[in-house]
This record gives sequence, structure tokens and C-alpha cells, in this order.
Amino acid sequence: MTDTPEDKVDAPTPPAEGAAPTARFNHWRLEVRDEVATLTLDVAGQSANVLSQEVLRELDQALVGFEAKPLKGLIIVSGKPSGFIAGADVNEFEKITDPARAAELARAGQHVFNRLAALPFPSVAVIHGYCLGGGLELALACTYRIARDGSDTRLGLPEVRLGIHPGFAGTVRLPRLIGHLRALSLMLTGRTVRAKEARRLGLVDDVVPERHLLRAANVFLSTKPARRRAVWFRRVPGLAPLRPMVVRALTRQVQKKVNPDHYPAPYRILELWQRAAGEEQEALSIGELLVSRTSRNLVHVFQVGEALKREGNRHPHHIERVHVVGAGVMGADIAIWAAYKGFTVSLQDRHAEVLARAMKKAHGFFKKRLKEPRAVQAAMDRLMPDLAGNGLKHVDLVIEAIVEKVDPKREVIKHVEDTAPPQAVIATNTSSIPLETLAETMHDPARLVGLHFFNPVAKMQLVEVVRGAQTGEEALNRARAWACAIGRLALDVKSSPGFLVNRILMPYLIEAVTMVEEGVPPAHIDRAAKDFGMPMGPIELADTVGLDICLSVAEMLSGPLKLEVPDRLRELVEQGHLGKKTGQGFYQFSAKGKPKIPAAKKQDDVPVTERLILRLLNEAIACLREGVVEGTDAVDAAMVYGTGFAPYLGGPMRYVESLGETGISHSLYRLSQEYGKRFAPDPGWAQPELFGHRSPRAT
Amino acid sequence: MSINKVYVVDGARTPFLKARGEPGAFSAADLAVAAGRPVLARMPFAPTELDEVIVGCVIPAPDEANIARIISLRLGCGKQVPAHTVQRNCASGLQAVAGAYERIALGQAQLVLAGGTEAMSRAPIQWNAAMARWLASLLRARNAFARVRAVARFRTSYLKPVYSLLLGLTDPVVKLSMGQTAEVLAHRFAIDRKQQDAYALQSHRRLAAAFDGGHMQEEIETLYDTRGNFYTEDNGLRRDTDTEQLAKLKPVFDRKYGQVTSGNSSQITDGAAMLMLASEEAVARLRLPVLGELLGHAWAGVDPSQMGLGPVHAVSKLFSRLKVKMSDIKHMELNEAFAAQVLACQAAWDSPDYAREELGLAEPLGRMDPDRLNPEGGAIACGHPVGASGARLVLHLLHALRRKGGGKGVATLCIGGGQGGAMLVRAKGGAA
Repeated sequence: MTDTPEDKVDAPTPPAEGAAPTARFNHWRLEVRDEVATLTLDVAGQSANVLSQEVLRELDQALVGFEAKPLKGLIIVSGKPSGFIAGADVNEFEKITDPARAAELARAGQHVFNRLAALPFPSVAVIHGYCLGGGLELALACTYRIARDGSDTRLGLPEVRLGIHPGFAGTVRLPRLIGHLRALSLMLTGRTVRAKEARRLGLVDDVVPERHLLRAANVFLSTKPARRRAVWFRRVPGLAPLRPMVVRALTRQVQKKVNPDHYPAPYRILELWQRAAGEEQEALSIGELLVSRTSRNLVHVFQVGEALKREGNRHPHHIERVHVVGAGVMGADIAIWAAYKGFTVSLQDRHAEVLARAMKKAHGFFKKRLKEPRAVQAAMDRLMPDLAGNGLKHVDLVIEAIVEKVDPKREVIKHVEDTAPPQAVIATNTSSIPLETLAETMHDPARLVGLHFFNPVAKMQLVEVVRGAQTGEEALNRARAWACAIGRLALDVKSSPGFLVNRILMPYLIEAVTMVEEGVPPAHIDRAAKDFGMPMGPIELADTVGLDICLSVAEMLSGPLKLEVPDRLRELVEQGHLGKKTGQGFYQFSAKGKPKIPAAKKQDDVPVTERLILRLLNEAIACLREGVVEGTDAVDAAMVYGTGFAPYLGGPMRYVESLGETGISHSLYRLSQEYGKRFAPDPGWAQPELFGHRSPRAT
Repeated sequence: MSINKVYVVDGARTPFLKARGEPGAFSAADLAVAAGRPVLARMPFAPTELDEVIVGCVIPAPDEANIARIISLRLGCGKQVPAHTVQRNCASGLQAVAGAYERIALGQAQLVLAGGTEAMSRAPIQWNAAMARWLASLLRARNAFARVRAVARFRTSYLKPVYSLLLGLTDPVVKLSMGQTAEVLAHRFAIDRKQQDAYALQSHRRLAAAFDGGHMQEEIETLYDTRGNFYTEDNGLRRDTDTEQLAKLKPVFDRKYGQVTSGNSSQITDGAAMLMLASEEAVARLRLPVLGELLGHAWAGVDPSQMGLGPVHAVSKLFSRLKVKMSDIKHMELNEAFAAQVLACQAAWDSPDYAREELGLAEPLGRMDPDRLNPEGGAIACGHPVGASGARLVLHLLHALRRKGGGKGVATLCIGGGQGGAMLVRAKGGAA
């Protein structure tokens, strides 16, 4: 063990005598001490490390410099508190249009990593926080990997989520290190693993607390244990005669999740593996995928999400304590999520049994997510069931989530305004009542903002931050920043009927029910929607949400949007068939809550899909025209993150862009001739400025 | 030495949950957090602004060393607020309040959270000393032969567990269980079974009336477990009990000839009570509501085998020091460890002989008016989570005094090991 104090490496002190000069690197810091070189990556001008071409070039230079030196070892570490390396630079993807050029870049990266792997002395990657994609591939090229203990350490190869696969020899090195099936599972799902699991998988050689990271690295460099490799039985599935069988089995599993026409990347991973492909084939394959429509659109989806995060983080929220009024499904889920994310939360309800249910749910949720008993206890301690409303006295944000009725909501909001400190933001989770209406009885209506969460809160990433005409800038900025702080994507929408997501979704759902009335089997409609790329068909969605809720939203929107509510929907609600919660809606549900959907025959779905999707697109344009949201990216973000709208298409507006506005408005005109004026093209189709520029916040 | 005024500004307790012969749903720390959290939530200052957290607890779990610190951190008081745990058996909760009182009175603190907690159902069950010695010999065995020899020395008697709760409820000096000390008092003051059962019945009836009248809700916070259950009432309260049922119960301490039964004793329960204490200056600066004022406390020692008489002596000391007499006291909370023990205290206060011989007084203090002694029942009905009871008595006393138009009150307990503790409070009448 060396006697290097731990704090020496991180400290930005001038390098010791004899150390290589560091001035020529913009992103790496090099220090040599006791014949051990340390390369610290600290990408200039970024809060997280990404592997841009420049970063890789500099690494290459540094490695070339080492080859002739008599060193004992190399330590690669990140200088960012946020993590090791978050992956390749996604912003560079868009600039590449030629598959050959993309393959060339992959080769260049492979070349650098091969140089790292071939150093005449051992190397060790010291990993904390995020170690993803290219970052993990870099670590895989090192002789050893050491991860910091703690729940924030995450390793993975999430490339598949951007429509590509690892391109810096990850598909080659990972199976060798951890075995074939485990490697394929990581690459196919793109899931990330925590430090402990990474050690169990063999992805890292040791997991140690912060205080021992560099000591452990030095121990590995001086004792030089044998390089880790998968045990023999994990290498068995890679035997040539078995590979086709393994691929067949895995293909069946992948097919259950994604359509190969929409998402080719996972199938490509299997194909490469079946051929025991080397680095060159990996490079060629990623070259093709990187410039494909799917990858472009998935990157678009990723970027509009990142843009929302940046926008949300522009302002401070100054919120520590949150009070939620109403412990029904939404209120409880919001409170549980906020406590999970570290806020001190009081959850108020008039009924102890409702609070008891919420606390049981909270405990189950925390146990599942946090696992560690002390962390579960801390989260439970942060969440106070509150019959009396004690939490209101000392609070920074109040969220009202009671029954969707004007008078009770007004009463709660008024009481909150009278009781809570004057600087507290007051938010409502209403999905349908205009904010102006709720603010009417307030002394200071500027304090009221909408925070519209979607069900289930823990899964749906989007939160609509609703701006009423009366909402003040401060309330808006703080609510948006807080939504961001709890890991949700906050999207500004204008207070108008249905806000954005529900409004765009409703004509699509109603058209589906109308087709059921016309005699099209529900399974046929759902099948068409899923083939288009929706995560769930509209009929199943209606049954899952609850037909009573659908009906009330539809009726609320029917006036302002001139929607005709189908009689079939009313009939089912009157008969008490509310969908999943009663076991019977359009579909029958099993005891476990699974719908019994008869297998729909493959047939010509074009008219069905067209009717569904065009109504949705038409409403999206109406929202843009009316200024419910600003910019096409906002619509894409809302529909992909709020409803799961076919991500491979990049969202509705990206889809419109690929088809052309004129074509769509012609189709709408044609459908309006056939089915009536609900298909009449929105005037917005004729306003090119609605499509021309991207949202200001995405730039 | 300047003495500052000390106020109780708020407080709450959990419902007391009867031990059902298995570990209950809540740890002692869980209970204290459930009681303390709403109190802190009602305060206009942050929990991090506290000067100290003091908690009484008699048998914390093995993973609850200095339980007050655990509670303080779990309540969000932060790393900088110091916390300590106090143990004075049945008066641990009162000792915590007394300690907080002293720190504020001396001007060393402005805001102190004090209380008591106990999860008696979770009292640890331990290996006996023979087992510990055997385990040590096993660990010391260095080779296979030595290990075999060590294993061979095992005796099944080593498996006999040690119930720390039973030991805790037995006086280690006079070797009498707490119930047996009550038998001693029943004998000395000639209190028969009927009187004891009648007192127990009254305790249940009074507590039931207080719940039905909506008086307990102002000091009890609903408790939620992780399985979807909630508790709003002390679940040891028997609304349906009567003289006949109580008479049927067998004595549990002196099994053959005794009179003290589980029906006329306090119940083994889990629960916590927490009080927020503040100095006069803090009350003014933060505009805190005032529940009442603490005027002083006194402690006294008695014969361990007659520990139930502790209140007689503690109250006597308290009165002489603070210049009050029994008739000044509008409301007294005397912990109902045993019906016989409460009745013995009353008899002792009344007795000229006892006053002269044991208290050194020319005149007896006189008994407390039975209508104003534990008017909302006591530990026989609601239970006696040992560490928590002292804090519960002060909390309830203040609420009851306020409701009844204010005045002076006493909270007092007998303490296993032969002590008594008493605290004098004053409250103004408030809206109730």
C-alpha cells in the first residue's frame, strides 16, 4: 500500500515535482506520484462528464505519453461530484448523417480504449455516481474497476434506449467479463445496476466506501490480481452450437417488449452476438443505427426531456416542507413520492382510515424502492399522516388533491391561504377546473399554481405546471423547480380545459369508443394503436383509467372542444361497468386485474389507425394554435412522457414533421367528408409559424 | 441564582397499546417520533432550533442506545441538537420533564423537547449468564478437539431465557415484584379486594367518559402502523368491565392468598408522550401558545418494599418547599401503578400517625378529594408504559386544568426501587 493521502488526488494543487505537465489537456488532469499515474476527467463547462470526441482525443494523447514511461499503474477517476462518466456526447449524434462517418467515430473510440487495455501496466477505473454507456465501456477497458458504495452509484449500458447499442467494444468486452446471458440482459434492457449488484455480477472488482476508494485502487495496482473473467458455466451459452438457441429464446422475450420495425437495436445486439461479432462489425452496425430514424427520434425525446430539466432548474424552489391535502390515490401518491425524494411531507385527510391506507402504501413503496431498513424508516419519518392539518403551520408548498369539485376545493384553498405562511406556494392538482375559478376567493390569487400529476405518480414522468391568468411568476417558477427536484419533467401549460395531455388524448379516446359503437371490435382498435407504437390501446386505457373518470373528463371537455360524448360510454357508466376497478368495462377483467382481450386478427388497420391518430394530431395543433403550450417540442415531451406516445416516432409533432403538414391536413379533410366535421382540419395546419421554430426552451 | 419561568407550550401522546404477549408494532423510538412529530409540526420554529431533546425510557431495545438521540435525529432536529436519555424507572418521563425544566429555569436552554417512551412488549429476551460463558468458551476453542469438548459441555438449561421485563418489574434489593409491594401496602393499610376492584372499575369508567366527552382527543395523536391499521384510543380501556368480571380474576403476584390482580393493576403497554418546554423569553419571541407553567418538582426515597408510598413523601416535600397545601390543588394525577397503592397513598396522607412518624409533620396533609384525583382515570385503564407515564401525567394534567378553568395541579408517581416524584404545575383556564 502506498502512503498517498486520499485528498491529494482530488485537490487542485499543482502537480508534484516530476509530474507530467497538465496544461495541454482541457478536460483531463494528469498527476504522477510514486510511479502511479492518475487521470482525472473533469470535462470543461459541463456538470457531468461526457465522452466527446475531444475528450477521447485527449485521452489518447495521454495514453501515448504513458507507453514509454516506467509506471506501476494508472488510475482513472472523475473530478465531478455527480459521477464518473454519463456516456457519449448525445449532442454530437445529430451532426452525424453518414453511417460510414459514424462507424469511423466508433472505430476511433475503440482504438483509444484498446490502447488503454494494452498498456504495459495495470489500470483501474475508480467509479462513483453514473457510469453509463461509453463511460462503462472505458471502465471495461481498464484492468480493474472499483465502485463507491452507495445508492447513487449506477452502472449500465443504456444505449438501447437511444436506439443504438454499445459502440466502443462494449458488446465484445462485457460478455467476456460477466458472462453471456448477464451481458445480453444488461445491453438489451439498458437497465442500470447499483454498486452491490455490479459486484455480484462481476462488473466491478470491489465496492468500497468513499474513504477507501484510492487505497483500494492502489492495492489492486500493487498486488496485480488476475484479471476478472466470467466463470466457466457463464461462458457455456457462448459455445458456437448453442448461440442460435439462446438467440431464439431471447428474441421471443424481446418481441414481447418491442416491435422490431420500430426498435431494431435490441435485435441487432442479438444478431451481433450470434455471429460472435468483433469490434469492426460492432462499429459498422452502430454506424447504421446511429443515423436511423428511430435513433434520431429517441435522441429527440431524450433531448426535449433534458431541455425541460434545464428549464426547471433555472430557478430555486426554496421548498423543504410540503403539505398535501387529500390522501386519495393522487394525494397519497404525490406525498409518498415527495417523501421518497427527500422532502418533509405532511399528508392531510379527514379520515384516519384513508391515512392508514396511505401509510401502508408508503411503507410498501419505500421498502420496494429503498430496500435498506434505515432508509425506509427515514422516509416514513419524513411522511407525517396529519388528521388535524398540523403540517400547514410551517410549510413551503401546499398541494391540494381533494375531490374534483369547485366548492370543496375553494374551501380548502381558502383555509390554506389563511393558515399557511405567506411565502408558501399553493398548488392544486386539479385536472379540469380552471385555476382562475379556484383562485376567485383568494386574497392573493397570484399564489395559486397548478401541479397536475398523472396516475401512477411513481411511473409517469410528466407534471403539467399550470399557469392560470392570475398565477404569479414566482409561484410558477418555484412549482416548476420543485417538480424538477422530485425528478419529474415539468411542462408549462396554460390553464384551459383539459390542459394539454388530457385534451390531446380525449378526442383519440372518443374516436376509439365511436368506432366500437360502429361495430369495430375493441381488440381490433387496441391492436391497431399498439401496432402504431402506443404502449396500450385506447379502449384498454379507458378501462384502466376508469370509465367514470373518462366520462367526466369527456363531458367537461365536450363544451369547450365541441366533442360528442359517445352514448356507449354513458351506458357503461350507468350500468356500473367502470372498467378495471369493477372488473367489467369494454373488456372483462380477471381477478388479478388483467383484461381478457381476444386475439385480434391481423387485418387492414389503416382506417382505424388513421382515425385515431389524426384526431390526436388535429387536437395537438389546436393546442399549439391556442398557445396552451409553447413550441412543438413541448407537445412531443408531453405526449411521450405523459402518455407514452410512440417514442420511436419522437412524439406527435416530430411525426407530423416526418409526414408533412399538408399531407395530414388533406387526410383530415378527406376524413371530414366521410365521418363528419370532427375531422375538419384545425386552422393551425395553415399556420407554418406553428411548426417552423422549436420551443424557445429547447434551444 | 436566577430562576426563569418555564412553560409547557404543547404536547401530545400516542394511544397506549396493550402488550399482547408478542413484540408490538412499534419500537420505543417509533412511538416517540409519532408523538413528537405533530408537536414539532405545530411549532412556528424549525426542529433544528431546539436546544436539547431529553427522553425517559426504562428498557430501550439493544439497538436503541441513547434512544433520545435516535428520536431527535428521526424527528429532523439535525446533528447539532444534543440529546440524552434518562432512567428513573416509572418516573423516567417525569425525570425528563424535570431535567428540561431545570435547564430552562437556569437559563441554559430556551426550547427543550422532553418526554418519555416505552415499548414494553418489545423488552428484550436475553441469554442467561451460563449461556454467555459457554458461548465464550466455544469462541476461545482454537482447534477441533477443543471445540468438540466445548460443545460437549453444553447443557439445555443454558437455553432458559431471561425476560428483562420481568426482571425490571422486580426489585433487585428486596426481591419483591412490584405487585408484591402493592400487596404489602394493601396489608399495611387494610385495603381489601373489593375496594381495589371498585377503584379499578372507576378508572375504566372515568377514562371511557373522557374519551366519549372528546377530552382525550386534544392530547392523543392517531397512531398508524405500516399494515394499514390505526389507533385512536388506548386499547387497554375496557368499557364493558364490571365488578363481577373484576372479582373473577385471580391474583397474579401472590398467587395463593393475594388480592392484587391484573384487573386492579396498571397494564403493560407501549406508548409515548412528548412535551415542548419553553422559556418565558422564547414564548414571547416566538409567540408560542402556553399550555401551562411548571412551578417545581420534588423527589423522595421510601422503603423499596413499600415503593407505592413514594408519592406521599414526594408531595409532602413539594408542598413544604413551594408553600402549598392539599386544598390548593385543583387536580391531582397520581399514577395508578396499583389500585391498592393509590388507596394506600390516600390513607397515608390522612393518617396523623403516618404524618408524625414517617413525614415528620405535626398535622397530616389530608387526602386528595377523590373526585379530583385522577378524574379521567389512569394507568389501570390506559396502561403504564413505564418510561412514558410521567410525561403523560403532566400532559394530561395541564389539559385537564385548562379545561376546568385553570389552577394548580400535581402530577406524581411511585417509582420502583422505593422513590416518589412529584411536579407542581399551574394552568390558566382556556377555551375547551
